[in-house]
Amino acid sequence: MNPLQAIGRVFLKFLATTGRLVTFMASGISHAVRPPFYPRIIFRQMIDIGYYSLPVVGLTAVFAGMVLALQSYTGFSRFSAEGAIANVVVLSITRELGPVLAGLMVAGRIGASLAAEIGTMRVTEQIDALTTLSTNPMKYLVAPRLVAGIAMFPLLVLVADIIGVFGGYLVAVYKLGFNPANYLQNTWDFLTAEDVNSGLVKAAVFGFIVTLMGCYHGYNSKGGAQGVGRATTNAVVSASILILCSDYILTEMFFAK
Amino acid sequence: MSDQIQAQPKTQPKTQAKIQLRDVAKSFGRKVVLDGIDLDVGVGESVVIIGGSGTGKSVMLKSILGILTPDRGSIKVDGQEVIGMSTADREEVNHQFGMLFQGAALFDSLPVWENVSFGLLAEKRCDRGEAKEIAIQKLAQVGMNADVADLMPAELSGGMQKRVGLARAIASDPKIIFFDEPTTGLDPIMADVINDLIVKVTREVGATALSITHDMASARKIANRIAMLYEGKIIWQGPVEDIDNSGNVHVDQFIHGRAEGPIQMAVRA
Repeated sequence: MNPLQAIGRVFLKFLATTGRLVTFMASGISHAVRPPFYPRIIFRQMIDIGYYSLPVVGLTAVFAGMVLALQSYTGFSRFSAEGAIANVVVLSITRELGPVLAGLMVAGRIGASLAAEIGTMRVTEQIDALTTLSTNPMKYLVAPRLVAGIAMFPLLVLVADIIGVFGGYLVAVYKLGFNPANYLQNTWDFLTAEDVNSGLVKAAVFGFIVTLMGCYHGYNSKGGAQGVGRATTNAVVSASILILCSDYILTEMFFAK
Repeated sequence: MSDQIQAQPKTQPKTQAKIQLRDVAKSFGRKVVLDGIDLDVGVGESVVIIGGSGTGKSVMLKSILGILTPDRGSIKVDGQEVIGMSTADREEVNHQFGMLFQGAALFDSLPVWENVSFGLLAEKRCDRGEAKEIAIQKLAQVGMNADVADLMPAELSGGMQKRVGLARAIASDPKIIFFDEPTTGLDPIMADVINDLIVKVTREVGATALSITHDMASARKIANRIAMLYEGKIIWQGPVEDIDNSGNVHVDQFIHGRAEGPIQMAVRA
């Protein structure tokens, strides 16, 4: 095949996929803001996305905080700037590592399970069955999950922030011999509302991305078990990449002066 | 192709058909699945579409349900054109439909009774307490007792899932019920039980039925009229009594299940 033809084909496919995704997203959002709402399903999704993700997010955050304290100590002690460790830990966690690591971990957990669940519903005709039972599948399946994702991710990240800072504190105090009161004072002094808020906004965006990707790939899966497997992989990979890209864009918006 | 508008027949039939298809066509890529289907289903009639696997039976059904949009042609329900309808109007039309899916398609996150009364709850016709009572009543209609109401679909056998699917299809007292291969995957006795139930419940509800199947025993039992789909067209239709004297070689080959004949199965895709 002509190489130009191949490039053109890939490009056209990319445009078509983007178009489908944007249409899906617009439809999902419009259904999320118009009644009927499904509070029961939204609540169940919130528990699933928020509560059941706590262990994995907590573990990720505590180790991220610990390693951050350890690494920055190695670096900063070379020019006697150990005092800045509290600052580095709290800023890194609230601005970046909290939202991004939590986002990536939950992308694996929730993105995959959404894609597998909705994908299986697609291949076993359950989505068609919804249509025949006077229920719009976008409204019943997709909209509640988007709402739950946007609502729960910031809460998860708030927890991750606290646990992450605590992880840094543990290493600083018990391994590196910092004074606990000083460390906490330093942490608090450096922290501004903007640091936390920017992280929470990022979290809401990541929550939207993860649930959207899970729903989109599941909803459009075809071809039996293999198709569902492919949808699951695509959901996790695309959500992870989009999280990292949008993280850069959001950071640029918040902090580039 | 898709914007080609088909002229409507000027003369209306004396009794209006419940479902009317005219020149319905649908292709997927280059593969033509439906190639101009004309079909009328009268009020209270039970029509069975027979045909081999991959002849477009499911596509036809999904086109009527609005899950797929045909490339051209007209589909009328109660004389009202449903192609190109707004989503809200479409949902209104779908209120009078019930459908039994091939694999039952029960929602596996919901218990049996919520599956059965799903449509009623979605249309807010009753509260959850009433819905459960109605569900148990509908389960009784398909020969299941109240114990199963609280089970999850995964705990049921294939035949029981089909029966729950049937209960769900009739739960909102539909005017039209669609059956997608109702007996596929069941043993002959359970298949006959399902056939009997289909005849019984459609009569009780007084519904119009449109089924697709390749099980001739099932077709003979539940049909008033049979139509055969072959290569995207209806090649024969007539009363169920005439099926053995159709005079159509394709139909003869199909109903006797012969490998030799004008219909050649695509062994290679």
